[in-house]
Amino acid sequence: MRKIAIYGKGGIGKSTTTQNIVAGLVEMGKKIMVVGCDPKADSTRLLLGGLAQRTVLDTLREEGEEVDLDDVRKKGFGGTLCVESGGPEPGVGCAGRGIITSINLLEQLGAYSAENELEYAFYDVLGDVVCGGFAMPIREGKAQEIYIVVSGEMMAMYAANNICKGIVKFAEAGGVRLGGLICNSRKVDNEEEMIKAFADKLGTQMIHFVPRDNMVQKAEINRKTVIDFAPEHPQADEYRTLARKIDGNKMHVIPKPLAIEELETLLVEYGIGA
Amino acid sequence: MKMEAIDKSKLLRHTPNEIKERSALTINPAKTCQPIGAMYAALGIRGCLPHSHGSQGCCAYHRSALTRHYKEPVMAATSSFTEGSSVFGGQANLLQAIDNIFTIYNPDLIAVHTTCLSETIGDDIPQIVNKAAAEGKIPKGKRVIHTNTPSYVGSHVTGFANMVKSMVDYFSTSTGKRKQQINIIPGWVEPSDMEEIKRLTGLMGIKSVMFPDTSKVLNGPLNGKFIMFPDGGVTVEELESTGDSIGTIAMGLWASEAAAKALDTKCKVPYAILDLPIGLKATDRFIDAMRIMTGVSVPEAIEIERGQMLDIITDMHQYFYNKRVGLVGDPDQLIALSEFLVSIDMWPVYVVTGTPGKAFEKRIMEITAGSPYEVKVKAAGDMFLFHQWIKEEPVDLLIGNTYLKYISRDEDIPLIRHGFPILDRVGHSYFPTVGYKGGIRLLEKILTAILDREDRDSEITNFELVM
Repeated sequence: MRKIAIYGKGGIGKSTTTQNIVAGLVEMGKKIMVVGCDPKADSTRLLLGGLAQRTVLDTLREEGEEVDLDDVRKKGFGGTLCVESGGPEPGVGCAGRGIITSINLLEQLGAYSAENELEYAFYDVLGDVVCGGFAMPIREGKAQEIYIVVSGEMMAMYAANNICKGIVKFAEAGGVRLGGLICNSRKVDNEEEMIKAFADKLGTQMIHFVPRDNMVQKAEINRKTVIDFAPEHPQADEYRTLARKIDGNKMHVIPKPLAIEELETLLVEYGIGA
Repeated sequence: MKMEAIDKSKLLRHTPNEIKERSALTINPAKTCQPIGAMYAALGIRGCLPHSHGSQGCCAYHRSALTRHYKEPVMAATSSFTEGSSVFGGQANLLQAIDNIFTIYNPDLIAVHTTCLSETIGDDIPQIVNKAAAEGKIPKGKRVIHTNTPSYVGSHVTGFANMVKSMVDYFSTSTGKRKQQINIIPGWVEPSDMEEIKRLTGLMGIKSVMFPDTSKVLNGPLNGKFIMFPDGGVTVEELESTGDSIGTIAMGLWASEAAAKALDTKCKVPYAILDLPIGLKATDRFIDAMRIMTGVSVPEAIEIERGQMLDIITDMHQYFYNKRVGLVGDPDQLIALSEFLVSIDMWPVYVVTGTPGKAFEKRIMEITAGSPYEVKVKAAGDMFLFHQWIKEEPVDLLIGNTYLKYISRDEDIPLIRHGFPILDRVGHSYFPTVGYKGGIRLLEKILTAILDREDRDSEITNFELVM
């Protein structure tokens, strides 16, 4: 089983991209589990056709430690298994600890065991790696492969660079590697070239450039992935291509994060300065 | 690397002689958790149930640390955090706890302190307490106070200081009319010491409010009855009245300054910060501060006690002279003890506290400035380093808590138990070391330790009957 974690700046489109990749892989006949690692619990909405999921932590809170796997795991698009960690309301408790608790519980319950015949497990992790809890999916024995969703906007690249720092730390201790950057276009000038150059400096690749298209929003409003909502649309093919590239990806590296000055120079060279 | 020979008769045989710079590791710490101090302080309020907002193990450990020292049952409640509480926050647990505590145990007030876990997840105690009040979980006339006690900051002394300050924050009120009374913040001393301080203010004829006051709480009698809330401690009414006092005497910079300052800021009650009244000079300053603050004169009874203490110092001076002493403990205690030792011509040479604070090191160096020996002092230090110093050059006497007994045994140096915790002897709850009477007791202890050693070690030709 390939365990993949998706990181990236908040609002960059991690959940949307993840679910569309999953839909693409499902079309290829893959058996997949998606684990949402965000207290908002909106990582599987498009696969499930709505936010109906009971989260692992809600279940834990209400039923104590006697949680049954079927209480927290729902079948979504094409038989995908969907799990949401959930977490506390904003401003209280510890969301990071929530992720740790939830992933440990899923392991105990056998969500990853061989009988599930999973080929892929995806972790969709909230925003930045702000504390140890949000690094849980990339600690030893969890996800081995990371993709960072990024755009040509400075703060998105800054966040991606920061996430790379986290990866380096865990790559040395465990086995996690960076599989590449997914550019989710914001129609920034020179975006594709800049992210390619950025990936190059990090020692990785831009695995795919996903163009911006309103169809993504349309599908989302309809609680579906693009592949599910408009299978014939060119945007669906973009996600299919991305899914295929990930499925065939052999480039797994320990990234070399940039110094802030380097990152800024890159922006000047390709972005506003170009 | 050359291995030192391991002597299996030594308990601390793995402590190497050679001192190496350590950047992160503490071995045999000279401090403990903040909540222990907060819990001890809270027990000094009448009818108060301390409440530990965290996991059960914290509360169990903190209670047992106090019970082992005072040999008394220590009551405290806990929020009993589970995995769920650490994710969702402890609000639900604390609300339930407040409800249960007032329903079942009915204290006058609950003093909540936090733990490392609830601090790290960031629980907002006042917000939770307000919610409890809004939901009618706090009966009329009852109170819930709180203080923050993350143990990764400071030490047990910090926790004590925080809780004492919270007493001011929650209770002290200024009515605009001054009361002919003074506040005494005794610092972290034994119940017996608090009793002694009250006896002295009584002899001076001064009305005082002492907070906290653990006398009769943690040194009560065995009378066949279990009393959940003993008949001791400062009352809430007394705490409220501290805002109208003419002044505050705060003893010990580390344990009492925060509260004294807060009282000055909140109610404009001027304060004097003194050392703990341990030894002749510090007790003199305490008596004098009371005299100046209230305008009374010092009664003969106190003069007599002082004279008795002075008499012993003079009579036995030859045995104190130039003795080397190693001390481990809490800053306020160590400062007062060091000054006392210097005043009788004994020399603190190694002084270690686990509590951080550069001011401590500076003060000890000032006190020992005239020493014929090299003085080593460390704040945020540990007993491992202290032991290594002793291995380099020994001392004649050790003063500190029970954890020093390992070094005492290994190095064959007499130990006087003083400070917190004392887990293997009694007496500290009943016999004070503050004031002149307390000074006499300390002198007795020091002399007994020194003379017993001399008796043990003297050649038969020098074995003296009269000393």
